[in-house]
Parts: sequence; C-alpha cells; structure tokens
Amino acid sequence: MEYTILILLLPMLTFVGLGLFGMKLRPNTASYIGSLSLAITTLLAYTTAGFYFTMPRIDGIFARQLPVHFEWLHFTETLHIDLGILLDPISVMMLVVITTVSLMVHIYSLGYMKGERGFQRYYAFLSLFTFSMLGLVVAPNIFQMYIFWELVGVSSYLLIGFYYTKPAAIAASKKAFIVTRFADLGFLLGILLLSYFTQTFDFEALTSGNSAIFAGAAGVTFLGGSVISWALVLIFIGGAGKSAMFPLHIWLPDAMEGPTPVSALIHAATMVVAGVYLVARLFPVYVSAAPDVLIGIGYVGAFTSLYAAVVACVQTDIKRVLAFSTISQIGFMMVALGVSGMGGHQGLGYMASMFHLFTHAMFKALLFLCAGAIIHTIGSNEMSHMGGLRKYMPYTHITFLIACLAISGIPPFSGFFSKDEILTAAFEFHPNFGILMSFIAGLTAFYMFRLYYNIFWGTPATHEHTPHEAPKSMTIPLMILAGITVLAGFIPFGHFVSSDGLVYNIHLNWGVATASIVIALIAIGVAAFFYKSRCDIPDRLMHMYPQFHKAAYHRFYIDEFYLFITKRIIFNCVSRPIAWFDRHIIDGALNGMAYVSQRISYAIRGFQSGQIQQYAFVFLLGTLLIVLLVVLI
Amino acid sequence: MNFLSLFVLIPVLMLGALLISSNIKQIRTICATGASLLLLLAITLTSLYLGERSLGNTADMLFKASSTWYAPLHIHYSVGVDGISVAMLLLSSIIVFTGIFTSWKIELLPKEYFIWFCLLSIGVFGFFISTDLFTMFMFYEIALIPMYLLIGVWGTGKKEYAAMKLTLMLMGGSALLLVGILGIYFNAGGSSMNILEIAQQYIPVEMQRWFFPLTFIGFGVLGALFPFHTWSPDGHASAPTAVSMLHAGVLMKLGGYGCFRVAIYLMPEAAHELAWIFILLTGISVVYGAYSAIVQTDLKYINAYSSVSHCGLVLFAILMLNQTAMTGAVMQMLSHGLMTALFFALIGMIYGRTHTRDIREMGGLMKIIPFLGVCYVIAGLASLGLPGLSGFVAEMTIFVGSFQHADLFHRVMTIIACTSIVITAVYILRVVGKLLYGKVVNEHHFQLTDAVWYERFAVIVLIIAIAGIGLAPLWLSDMIRDSFSGLMTALIK
Repeated sequence: MEYTILILLLPMLTFVGLGLFGMKLRPNTASYIGSLSLAITTLLAYTTAGFYFTMPRIDGIFARQLPVHFEWLHFTETLHIDLGILLDPISVMMLVVITTVSLMVHIYSLGYMKGERGFQRYYAFLSLFTFSMLGLVVAPNIFQMYIFWELVGVSSYLLIGFYYTKPAAIAASKKAFIVTRFADLGFLLGILLLSYFTQTFDFEALTSGNSAIFAGAAGVTFLGGSVISWALVLIFIGGAGKSAMFPLHIWLPDAMEGPTPVSALIHAATMVVAGVYLVARLFPVYVSAAPDVLIGIGYVGAFTSLYAAVVACVQTDIKRVLAFSTISQIGFMMVALGVSGMGGHQGLGYMASMFHLFTHAMFKALLFLCAGAIIHTIGSNEMSHMGGLRKYMPYTHITFLIACLAISGIPPFSGFFSKDEILTAAFEFHPNFGILMSFIAGLTAFYMFRLYYNIFWGTPATHEHTPHEAPKSMTIPLMILAGITVLAGFIPFGHFVSSDGLVYNIHLNWGVATASIVIALIAIGVAAFFYKSRCDIPDRLMHMYPQFHKAAYHRFYIDEFYLFITKRIIFNCVSRPIAWFDRHIIDGALNGMAYVSQRISYAIRGFQSGQIQQYAFVFLLGTLLIVLLVVLI
Repeated sequence: MNFLSLFVLIPVLMLGALLISSNIKQIRTICATGASLLLLLAITLTSLYLGERSLGNTADMLFKASSTWYAPLHIHYSVGVDGISVAMLLLSSIIVFTGIFTSWKIELLPKEYFIWFCLLSIGVFGFFISTDLFTMFMFYEIALIPMYLLIGVWGTGKKEYAAMKLTLMLMGGSALLLVGILGIYFNAGGSSMNILEIAQQYIPVEMQRWFFPLTFIGFGVLGALFPFHTWSPDGHASAPTAVSMLHAGVLMKLGGYGCFRVAIYLMPEAAHELAWIFILLTGISVVYGAYSAIVQTDLKYINAYSSVSHCGLVLFAILMLNQTAMTGAVMQMLSHGLMTALFFALIGMIYGRTHTRDIREMGGLMKIIPFLGVCYVIAGLASLGLPGLSGFVAEMTIFVGSFQHADLFHRVMTIIACTSIVITAVYILRVVGKLLYGKVVNEHHFQLTDAVWYERFAVIVLIIAIAGIGLAPLWLSDMIRDSFSGLMTALIK
C-alpha cells in the first residue's frame, strides 16, 4: 500500500505549487487545481479504506500497517523521530472523514469564496491544512503527531486570519495560535516526560500492552501521582487546547472570524477533534497506566459540554452558536473516552466516541456550510437579521433541518446512533453521569432548534434584497453531506473500530434511547413554542434572570479573565518591568561603569598635561621627598 | 597549501582587489564573485567532508595542516575541520553571500564598506578553521574590530554610542578570554597551543576553576550571555543591514563555538562543576530575552532581544554536556544564524522603504509589499519553531537532550526554557499582526514598491537554507553529532 504516501504528497505539492505560483494563475484555475488534487486524494483515501477493511483479519483484528517509514531526526540511541504512515482502523477512519469533509469544503468554496481577494492563497492554505491534518492522523509515533499538530495549528492561524485587513480576524487568529501553543507546551512536556521514561516515541510500542515499557517509571512519583500519569495529563492538556476543552476553549468561538467553509473544515469537523483522536490513540496507555487521568478527562469533557451548551443557548451570532455546539459535542466524545474501559462491552465508550467523531464531523460540517450559505446571502451572522428563510432557501432549509435532527439525536439520523452509545456508556459508568449527559443532550436539541426556528421560521427580517438560494457548487456539497448524515447511522461501526480491534456488535439500549428521544422531542417542542412564531417567553425569562443571561452571553467572563492575565499581568507586570530592568539596571550599570571611568579619567588627566615646568616641579618635589625620607630615617 | 586556507585567502584577495577597484561596478563584481566562491567552497568542503566520513575516516579533525608561526611560544597556523566547523563555515558563507546582495545598493563609501566587510569575513572564516588557540584568538579579534567602524560610520540612530558600547564590551570579553587562553596554555604544560594536543594534557582542576569561567564568560559576552548581553540590542539596532546580519548570524556564533571548543573541551572537569551557574544565567537569558521582546516597538530591538533568547538557548544546551543537547546547540546556532539574518535583511529592506522601524507607525504592509510580507511571516514562523523550518529541529533536539538529565535542577531549567516557545509565539505574532496585517497606517506607504531582484535573491537563498534544514535535518544532525564524540570522551573522562 505504498501509494498511500500520495495521500500526503498530493496536498503538500498542491500547497507548494499554489503557494509559489498561485498568484500567476487565474483564480479559477488555482481553485480547480486545488479541488482536483483533493478529489484524487479523496479517491486514494477511499481506496485505502476499501483495501484496508477488506483485508483478512488476523486474530480477529485488522492488522496495523506501516507502508511508509523512515528516520527523520536522530536524538539518542533510542529516541528518534521517524516519519511514516500508520494504517489502523482509527487512522483509516479519519482519512475518510478528513478527505470527505475537505473535498466538500473545496467544492463549496468554489462558490462561496468566488471573487474574494486571495482566492489562490485560500486554496493553497486549504491544501496545507489538509496535508497537515492527514499527516497528523497517520502518525506512527507521537513526535510526528506533534509535528503535524503544530502544522495544523499554523494552517488554522493562516486561515482564521484569511481576511487579514479585518482587525477582529487578526486578533482571533493570534488568539487561536497562542492559546493552542500554550496547550502545546503541555503536550511537548508530556512527550518529553513520557519518552524519557519509556525511551520511545512509537505508538505501537507504547500501546502494545507490554508493561515492561513503563518499568523505568516504576516508583517515580511527583506530588502523589505517578510520573506516567503526569505525562498523560500534560499530553491531554495539548489535546484539550486543540479540542477546545474548558478552560482552553476560548479561541474557538473567536476563530469563527475565518471564512465559513474554513470553520466547517477546521473548527467543526477535523482539527478540533484532534484532541479526541490523541486520547484515542493513546487509549491503551491511559487505561492501563493512568485510569484516574482518563476519568478526569471524562469530567473535563462533561463540564465543558455543559458549559458550552448553556452558553450556546443565548448566543445570537449563528456561527458562535455552532461553535459552542461544537465544543459541547467534543465534550461528549471526551466523556465517552473517559468512561470507557478496554475490550468487549467495556470498550463501548471508545467505540461510541469514535463513532460520534465520525457522524459529528459530517453533520457539523453540514451545519456550518448551511450557515455559510445563509451568511452568504444575508451578509450578516446575526440571528435577528434572519427569519423566515425557508421560503427562499429550500435546499439549505432541508439540509439544515436534517443536520439539526441528527445532532439532537432523533432517529434514524446518524447522531442518534452515536449519541445513544455515548449515553449508554455514561449510564453504565454511573447513573448520575448518564443523567447529566442526557440533560446536555436535551439542551443541545433546544439550542439547535432555537437556531433553526430563528433562521428559517419566526418573523422574517426586512432584507435589502430578497434572499436567494446558494449556487449549485454550494448546494451539492450540502446534499451530499445530508445524505451521509441520513445514512451514516446504519454503518456497523463496531465492525471497524473498537477498543481492542475485535468485532463489536452495537446493540441499541432502548431504555436509554427512548428516554433520550423523549427529552430531545420535548426540547424541540419548547424551542418551537418559543421561537417558531413570535413569543415573549424567552424575553421574559431573560428579564427574570438578567444576571445569568448576561453572564452566559459573555461566556461567563472567561475571556475577560484571560485578557486580564495576558494584558495586565504578563504584559504590564512581567514584560514591562523586565524591559525596564534591562534598559535601566543592567545597561545602567554598564553605562555607570563607563561614566565612572570617564570621570576618573577627567580627574587624573591633569597628570598628563604635557607642561615641562609641571613635570619638572613634580619631579623635584618627589626627589626632595625621597631625600627627606632617607635623611629622616 | 591546505585548501582550508582558501577560506581566508579568498577574502584577503577580495580585500586586495577592492583596494585597487575604482567604481561601484567593479566593487560589486569583486564582492559577488568572491562571495560566490566562498559559498561554493563551503559546499564543496561539506561534500568532501561527508565523503571522507562515509569512507570511514574517524579522525577528530579532517584536512589538517600546520605550519610554525612563532616557535618560542609554540604558536602555529594550524587548521582542521570537524562536522561542527563545517556547519559553521557553511553558515558563514551563506550569510556573507546574502549579506553582499543586501548591501548591493549601498551609497555611502561603498569601497570602504566592503573592505571592512571583507576583513570581518577573514576573521570569521579564520576563526572557524583554526585549531590553534592563539591563531583562533587572533582571528577572533580581527572579526571584532571592523564592527566598530561599520556601525560607527554606516550605522543609523545612536550609532557612535552603540559602536563604542559594543566594541568596549566585546573587548572586555576578549581581555578575559586572553587571560583564560594563557591560563590554559601554561597549565597544560606550555608545550603547545594546539587545541587537539592540549586536550590530551591534564589541566589541574583547581586551575580549571579559575580559567573556565574566564574563558566561558569571555566567549559568552559575544554569545549574549546574561547579564553581558546589552551590547546586542543597541548594536543591532544601529548597525547597517548586512552588518546586523553578519553579526547576529555569524559573529554571535563565534561565542557559542568558542564556549565548547575551548572552554568545555579543554576544561571538562570545571565544566561539570560550574555548569550550574551558567545554566542559571542562560536559562534566565532564554525567558528574559523573550519577555523583553514582547514590549519592544522597534523591529530591530525585538529581534535583538529575540536573539538574546535564542542564543541563550544555544549556551544553555551546550552546558547540558550531553551529545544530544550539544548537537541541538550547534543546529540552533545554524538555524538562528539563518533566520536572524533573514529577519535583519527583511527589516533592512522594510526600513529602506518606510524609513521607520517603529511598529506603531506601520501597518497593513502585506497588501503593499506582499513579497517582503510573506517572507517576514516565514521568518517569524521559523523563529517560533514551526516544523518544516530549521528552528523546530534545533529546539526539539535541545529539549529532548536537556530532558535526559534526571535531576530536579536540570528538569526545572529545561521546563523554564521550554516555556519560551509560547512567549516567542506571542511576540512574533504581535509584530506580524501589527506590521503586516490590518489597515495601512501611513498613507505614504501606499507608494512603496516590493523587493527588487537582488533583495529577492538574498531572501530566497536564506529561506531555501532554512527550509532545507527544516525538512531534511538528518544528514546535518548526524554530521554534528558524530563530531561531538571526541568531546564526549573528554567529558566522561
């Protein structure tokens, strides 16, 4: 399967080509080159998946494959960074997800970004992102993952800041990069720690279940936790940064300043789930070496999920609602991993998490692309500027509705199946956990339908010109993604991906399923009642709890807190004093030394006056003194 | 004659030719030819060196030659290279080459300017090929003196002050260094000035305790060791473009190179004993420089402080005294040299157009001068350690190497040094955001023109080198790594 190297090379070459010569091409030519190259990549990814999953299983599992592998950088005898391609069920699954969504976004952008300044640059960056993301998921070792982790970070930075004359976009891109960089510091330290004690970067060695590899860390503890636990916590911090887990989530809502297709690709479907993927990749290590950390990840996920769902209920910018919804859904995936065990039914959470990652990527990308179509025609992100659009945008309306039903967990749409598995796993971990997650699922249904009714129903806002349906290049990707959303739930996902690689047959837990459907329907009903036609209950609720509403609207002031830390503490209380210290104390000491020597020179330069009389006088005086001394003594 | 001497001979010939040249065209021809020859020579040397090594030649130094210069003091003109010097020579030749092109349109006294520039190159190349302490010191001094005139005459801003400060501080460093070198010479038996021969001798530990700090600080001043780094911001800010490039790109590397080639290699026992003091100082340099860079508003100051941070990392890694970290240190020297040269080149080009280096007075330049803008972003990304560019490779090697020390002190210092990757991102993105993105601040800037051919050429050469190291680092890291085995044996002994 050596051809899989092309899956990486094609987008990379496209990036280099478009980056160097894009401006010499006509905008459309550049975009067709980008899309065509990605279409081929997608085809290759599907072929790989086809071959991989039709291979005979060995001992009941799909064997890992390493079609490409070479040494890239050498550190010590045991530690070296290798680059390569690792094919195993989750990486192949991710290849399919990434290429599919990326292809849809490429096609969609042909219409959405048409006529934008820097159209060629946009396609170059999209290729760069796709390349980096693909490199990340096929990484056979943790350092390659880190390398591509940084690269997706920078492509995200470049794409968020695509409209580089817009101050908000610049600020958002900077924020996204720095917050995730901060998290990556944790990731890096985690890698250093883990590799020091295990003397390997290789995933295969780390996850082989061979406990000898952790022998070096035996008995080494720090603040009461084993050192491997600490390493895994640090690595999770990296994942939490990319996956926007609380309290490192602050960059994601701002990242919506980027072009909408970019939000769909990077900030909904692929890059933001990198953290989930990272935990899944190291899952056997978490389970065996640090089960407490894994449960901690579950709690972080649950809290984030709740927080983001509450905030999503009061946002008025449609992209921000979707952004918070993304954060909340990633929280679900983290919860699923956190409550999961290894093997058989124990591993349900793992499978559910990956399944939800898959289905969520499709329907969330769809939601964003629909939002893009709406923004494209309305020219605003604000809910209040919309309303009644169902008449004007039939395709967008239907596809958006499908995605909303999917994310709310209504059968037979894909979200129902994956979310139901997560809820089941949560209930089996602890009933309270299950109840909490079901409640959040209810909130999800509520805010999604709040969004839906506000956009497509409700009071039509007055528009300067009549809204119109998006062009074909945009609606076709919507329909394809909607198709996947409708059908994906019936994929026997457990046959391909499970915690131990063995076939796992998904059984719907009808008790949980019924409850969650009922909750979702109630939430949808409430949303319909509130927002379908004019109704003053939301306003009254808002006035009843003004403090709460304001706090939630301002995302509970987490951003302000960070701003305080960075602006007031780091900038004013650390950097400025250091710079002042450098200029005045250290440099001052040197200048002082120079000044003192200058003064002394002035003071003693009289001795070198060059006047013979003075020299003669001093000479005589000296002689006399010596004579006197000799005589006296 | 040994072909390594060509590295000195070519600049000498250039200097001679410049003396008799009469117009700018001739000057340019001489400089471009000479610099190209040097670059070719360095590339040839690299391939010859790698060829020798692959044939199984495991001598410490290759292409050795020696001739007596002053017998009573055992001073020889002896040359030889290992992988580290080869890497440094390659770096120097690239920077000299691109420096010539960025100075293409110099107006004030071009002949004199290039004469001093050649003298500087003589010093730099001579330093890296020498294996004799005294000869090395001599070349070191040759490299420092022209700096005074280049900044004092062709500089901008507070140039006299900056030139004086830089020269005095570096001279102060040399004074310590001279004492250190003499100490090494006499305590090693006083029978040889050759580094390789002294390394075989034993210098009493109580003497090493005296002379190690002297030598280390002596070289450290040039390597921007905290708190002797303050010449760097003023010096770089006032220096003309190519001089900043050469200074930050190559001259500061003399410091780091000397630190391990002389101080640590010859006095390993003291290095082990006293490393902790300098680890503290360099650890401070790393974060201190980065934090200072955050609040600067002058482009060159930002870069100068960033250099303090990055060069601090070089010395920090050297002091880790293990093969991986030290390999990382040399790679960081290379990487920092290339990317600061790129930075200073770009800043010079931007300054040449806008006549200001204050980021508050600029904005939105990406739209107006896209080529320079994109290159600036690339330089920034290299500086903040983006994989695929040279900075990442060097930093990761350093961090992994430093992390191999299991004790708390080294751990904590390594973690502190690691935090610089975040702070670096902050100041780089701050500058990029203010300078290139957003609205155009000054209306006159709409008339600016993008880079011309010689500017593009210089910048592209640097970017190719940066990306080359970043994409395929293995040959370089192996070359450097193998050259450290001799030093490692000395250290373990």
